[in-house]
Amino acid sequence: MNRRLTRRELLAGTGAALGAAALNGPAARSALGAVAGSGIPQWGIAVDLARCENKAGCRACIDTCHATHRVPAMADPHHAIKWLWKEPFPRVFPEQVHGWEDKSRLQAPVLVLCNHCRQSPCTRVCPTGATWRRRDGVVAMDEHRCIGCRYCMAACPYGSRSFNWEEPHPSPHNGNYPKRTAGVVEKCTLCVERLDGGQIPLCVEACQAAGASALTFGNLEDSSSPLRALLSTRQVLRRRPALGTEPSVFYLL
Amino acid sequence: MDMPAARQRFHLALLAPLVLVLLGALAVVGVVAYALQSSRGLGVTGLSRDIPWGLYISQFTFLVGIGASAVTVLLPYYVHQQKVFARALILGEIVAIIALGQALACITVDLGKPSRLLNILLYPAPTSLMFWDCLILGGYLLLSIMGLAATLFARGGQPAAWVRWLALATIPWAIGIHVVTALLYAGLSARPAWMTAVLAPRFLATAFASGPALLILLAGALARAKVFDIGREAVAKLSIIMTYAAAASVVLALVESFTALYSGIPAAREHLEYLFLGLDGHTGLVTWTYASWLLLLAALTVLLVPRWRHRQGLAHAATLAVLLSVLIDKGLCLVTSGFVPSTLGYVHDYRPTWIEVAIVLGIYSGGALVFAAACRTLLPFESTIHAVNPPPSTLREPSMVQVAPMEN
Repeated sequence: MNRRLTRRELLAGTGAALGAAALNGPAARSALGAVAGSGIPQWGIAVDLARCENKAGCRACIDTCHATHRVPAMADPHHAIKWLWKEPFPRVFPEQVHGWEDKSRLQAPVLVLCNHCRQSPCTRVCPTGATWRRRDGVVAMDEHRCIGCRYCMAACPYGSRSFNWEEPHPSPHNGNYPKRTAGVVEKCTLCVERLDGGQIPLCVEACQAAGASALTFGNLEDSSSPLRALLSTRQVLRRRPALGTEPSVFYLL
Repeated sequence: MDMPAARQRFHLALLAPLVLVLLGALAVVGVVAYALQSSRGLGVTGLSRDIPWGLYISQFTFLVGIGASAVTVLLPYYVHQQKVFARALILGEIVAIIALGQALACITVDLGKPSRLLNILLYPAPTSLMFWDCLILGGYLLLSIMGLAATLFARGGQPAAWVRWLALATIPWAIGIHVVTALLYAGLSARPAWMTAVLAPRFLATAFASGPALLILLAGALARAKVFDIGREAVAKLSIIMTYAAAASVVLALVESFTALYSGIPAAREHLEYLFLGLDGHTGLVTWTYASWLLLLAALTVLLVPRWRHRQGLAHAATLAVLLSVLIDKGLCLVTSGFVPSTLGYVHDYRPTWIEVAIVLGIYSGGALVFAAACRTLLPFESTIHAVNPPPSTLREPSMVQVAPMEN
């Protein structure tokens, strides 16, 4: 394990990065500065369903994310580790299905990830604080504190958490990101390591690079952010809103 | 010495070491299975990303219920002065302590990183019911051990006055451990099968049925082996408590099913459908569900009809049926069915592997061995007290209000 950040260091890192971004302005800093705005941000992502669907078979965001974060490909699907993946529309939005829609809609793959909920049930139930909600809205995960009780998996209404049922081999090589061990829970962290370094999440970058531009990342607190512009003008779905978890991931119809 | 008695003693002399060897062997197999699981990860179990909790957490839930059921002897004895429970008290406390130890073992073997268990105390998380469950279980275990020790090592067979206060304080803790264990499940919006206010009362009802059932069966075995006798009257009263609690659990399960089925909300209905009919062709728990219900209803029929419950063999069979019914319901179906269908609507059957079964059997065998040791050491000690002194029922201070014991 090459680097271990404590929660305080992580938070301090966020503060420093944001401070630097605010001081230097969007032009001098990386992509994050352009969407950060002022004050403590609340990060969110919008997924444009039509744009994502139009790039049939595209896995740019998934492959980049899983390679960078060393998410192993498990042989047994019951032991799969998933940070970012696709599920058929009716599984993601069961309340939105009436049975009369076109077959293609029922099979349309929808990109799913951790929703980084504002009222996150997983962080509420974690008995050790191994998963917690950062001030910038990211639901973070400390795999070194996790005792592997899987209470968070029972509490997550989205199936967004994965447990390392076996030793995570083969795990794609990447010296910059630590590999996990068997017996801990992991999930999408919205690329905290990149956010703290002033960069936008990898999936969003990869989506742009692939020419799909289906993902929009931004600060929900900043009324002038492109994300807010989308949320105020488009028809938006959130997963299982009746549960009151307030996801930070939005789906644009 | 007459011949049948001599033959019985001979059988016991042969049977007891055989049972102990078997228990020891099962415990060893459990340890080996756990070593395998530790080295290879929890992937050796039947658990999966859709069903992350299985036999271990189910059995934990069942055993916490057994631990909490000490209340069924503490409450009548200390609050209602039911003196007939004097000897059942010791047995109840021993069983509760062992059950709690087993429950904690079940939690530990379920952890992906058991070496980090103490993180629960190092980084207390007051919003987590698991944190509170660990605190309250630990506290209850401590109180029970203190209570048992104080009762056993009381000078002249007469426990000190503070022991009664300790016991009175233990009663809400005992109820608390099972309520908090239920709340651990009942507050999860992701699992509609558990998110019901009757879960905690159902847990208590099944606990107060299965706990006395286990006590009755153990007391029967101990009396037969001439090790310890809690008295016929105590057994009869425990049986009444068990019957009422089992009946209450049926009522609670029925009203729960009503709200789920009549409302027609798919999320509330689907897990029941999975339990009783199977879902999407997956019928993994259907046989178990019917087994549990048939055992419970048959047992209740026997226990409620005077002609039948007065036949000792039949009554014991009914008691065993109550215990098995709760063991199946709480120890397998209730927890695992909460994950079906998964939050993304996937339906899988959970099948424990031999490793899980071996580990759980190992935990039970370990508990049984501790119980045997406790019978050899603690119970005779209690008997000697009684041999020298009259039973504690006549020893209580006269100032205490005496309530006439119930007549059957």
